[in-house]
Amino acid sequence: MLKTTSRFLLACAVLAWSLNSLAQSLPPYNPVTNARLQNPEASNWLMYRGSYDSHGYSSLDQINTDNVDELRPVWSFSTGLREGHQAPPIVNDGYMYVSTPQNHIIALDARSGDMIWRYIRFLPDDLQQLHPTNRGVALYGDRVYLATVDAYLVSLDALTGEVIWEVEVEDYNSGYYMTMAPLVADGKVMVGVSGGELGIRGFVEAFDAMSGEPAWKTFTIPAPGEPGSESWPGDTWKTGGVPVWITGSYDPELNLAYWGTGNGGPWMGDTRPGDNLYATSVIALDVSTGELKSHHQYHWNDSWDWDEVSAPLLIDFERDGNTITGMVHPARNGYLWFLERQAAAINFVDAMPYVYQDVFTSIDPVSGRPEYDMSKKPGTGYEASFCPSLWGGKDWPPAAFNPQSRLLFIPANDNVCSTMIGEEIQYRAGRSYIGRGRSDNGGFFVRPGTNHVGELQAWNVDTGERVWTATFESQNWGPVLATAGELVFMGGTNDRYFRAFDASTGEILWQQRTNSGITGVPVTYTLDGKQYVAVQSGWGVDAQREQNLLNMVKGENHYVPQGGVIWVFALPD
Amino acid sequence: MTVSRRGKRAGTRVGNDTERRGIGQTVSRRTVFKLGLLGGIGLPLSALGQPADRMRPQPGDRLVFEEGPNQGELVRPELLELNQKPVSALAQDPETEVLRDGSRLNRVMITRIDVDAMGERYRDNVAAGVVAYSAVCTHTGCDVIDWDAKALNMACPCHESQFDIYEGGKVVGGPAPRPLAMLPLELVDGVVLVAAVFRGRVGFTQQF
Repeated sequence: MLKTTSRFLLACAVLAWSLNSLAQSLPPYNPVTNARLQNPEASNWLMYRGSYDSHGYSSLDQINTDNVDELRPVWSFSTGLREGHQAPPIVNDGYMYVSTPQNHIIALDARSGDMIWRYIRFLPDDLQQLHPTNRGVALYGDRVYLATVDAYLVSLDALTGEVIWEVEVEDYNSGYYMTMAPLVADGKVMVGVSGGELGIRGFVEAFDAMSGEPAWKTFTIPAPGEPGSESWPGDTWKTGGVPVWITGSYDPELNLAYWGTGNGGPWMGDTRPGDNLYATSVIALDVSTGELKSHHQYHWNDSWDWDEVSAPLLIDFERDGNTITGMVHPARNGYLWFLERQAAAINFVDAMPYVYQDVFTSIDPVSGRPEYDMSKKPGTGYEASFCPSLWGGKDWPPAAFNPQSRLLFIPANDNVCSTMIGEEIQYRAGRSYIGRGRSDNGGFFVRPGTNHVGELQAWNVDTGERVWTATFESQNWGPVLATAGELVFMGGTNDRYFRAFDASTGEILWQQRTNSGITGVPVTYTLDGKQYVAVQSGWGVDAQREQNLLNMVKGENHYVPQGGVIWVFALPD
Repeated sequence: MTVSRRGKRAGTRVGNDTERRGIGQTVSRRTVFKLGLLGGIGLPLSALGQPADRMRPQPGDRLVFEEGPNQGELVRPELLELNQKPVSALAQDPETEVLRDGSRLNRVMITRIDVDAMGERYRDNVAAGVVAYSAVCTHTGCDVIDWDAKALNMACPCHESQFDIYEGGKVVGGPAPRPLAMLPLELVDGVVLVAAVFRGRVGFTQQF
């Protein structure tokens, strides 16, 4: 099946230049092993959330509440690109890898900020990018992996940027694309596909990390006859969406990867009557075989575009004096879900709203299944308003968890709501398959009497109680980093600030205004024993879409400049 | 190496756009200045010998409704209502009857406008009120399928770019950097024909 092409020889020509150009000053590359991924050293940031449990937490504490006000930029690097710079800088012993919109990878000397190599992907002219972004690379062995917006998985040499192989995961002409950082575990590279607005049938697929050979492929919508297929009428399963576009969490002991899944398509639930398994769920996949071992559906028959793609954080928490091997998910549907994970089951524990939510009327205490106020559920020809908005209480920006203080930090948006009406739509391969009509004011409104949208919330996972909330007039699209220095780092607001918060109070201890708004995932690492914090600043995608709507409904014209820059911060020597 | 799942290698598809013109390239810090040279890898294939269904609309082509109640019929002014939501149409070679549906970059959105209310410089591109614009947003390439019936603007559902169909597809909202390309039309024997190639570049522009 693998086919060598003449372009491989051309790639080798590039390789020769690249090898010549490698600076002798760079340290030897430290290969990324399964053992390192399972126990990542605090000095590096080897994957999307830093560790398989998706905590987004670092045990580094050189930068802490006492000295963070001295934090300053040490170098920066302009990507030369617009739109959403959402990827974390991935750091491995002095090498930094940053992916950007339009699928560039920039390899940098983490000490100096010098570029080592740059991969530039030529995207097809007829591609449509609903989400022009990329959320990071994965590392394994001496390779770098990139999932592309034209639905390829690319494996590159970490030292030279040479493309070793690439595989077409699906056909972009049929609406498939990829924006997530791949998940590497047990020698496999796993990716999920976007396209929930384009009539895809979602899946997660694994490839052998070295050869690129496909290992398994598990659809998020069962085919007729498979368990759950009864929840999709007729042929709706073929084009029902349910994308997977955020990196999964991984439990090495159970060898299970936990993936969040997106909404069904078209958007109106009445076009696909039924629960629509496994949409808006968490699914547990056996990394060896791809077998779907268990699932929990957060809400059924979605009609609100509430993708639940964020992978649950793997957190063991206390309930009634017992420790539950669990998972926690601040959901787009506005509820904070606590679940128990076992080898063959995911059990509901409890859930509570963390933003104003007017759709759920009750939650079954055993199954966790919500009941709806049906007047809040839009349908074909039926306009309904609901809160939170279609972007939910929390969209894709990841939450973080400090296992020492037991606090979960949620980048939330409250007090904004949507109005939607469905219209009939015909499926055509690769075309918009949303089926939403136009509503007044862009179908968006701010709850009267409220004074803010963005929030950073801190919750104690053992008590299930909110400890503090920091609020922002702006919407918040900031991924969160928590550190043992009792700090929380986050940008996300339309004033372009990157901030450090006191993790125990929510007080802002430090802030730096940057070139653009920050929707990038912040990371921290050390070089030669000194701690650094790095993040991309580069506003775009849905943060900008929400800005357009806020400008419209508020009668304002708030402008957020675009253009990506990698920022690196440290304390003075 | 490139692995194709369906036996077609990316990079071999034909198009006068740069679809699949090689997948990507890597530059080192010493070779950035050689980017132009490296750009020789995977140059766009020549338009010569391009399949007719992938060619952009050509002068003399007919237009055919791609959707709506008149799907499959030739576009005539009387089949369109004034200022109605634009519908998609495709060009068709009048001799071979080949429909140019081989690339989504060929698709246009058409409606009928009040020519007297249109900017003068654009009126020559209109055939008895029928106006055609590229269906592909200049921002990130999404289909411009929404319609603001009050402002009479075409709109993109992806990022809310809006285009004024009375002003040559001018950007009047959202992040799109360029107007929609306009397809000049003419009326011959009651049928709408393509008068000239697209005015403006179709699709989005890759940065960097």
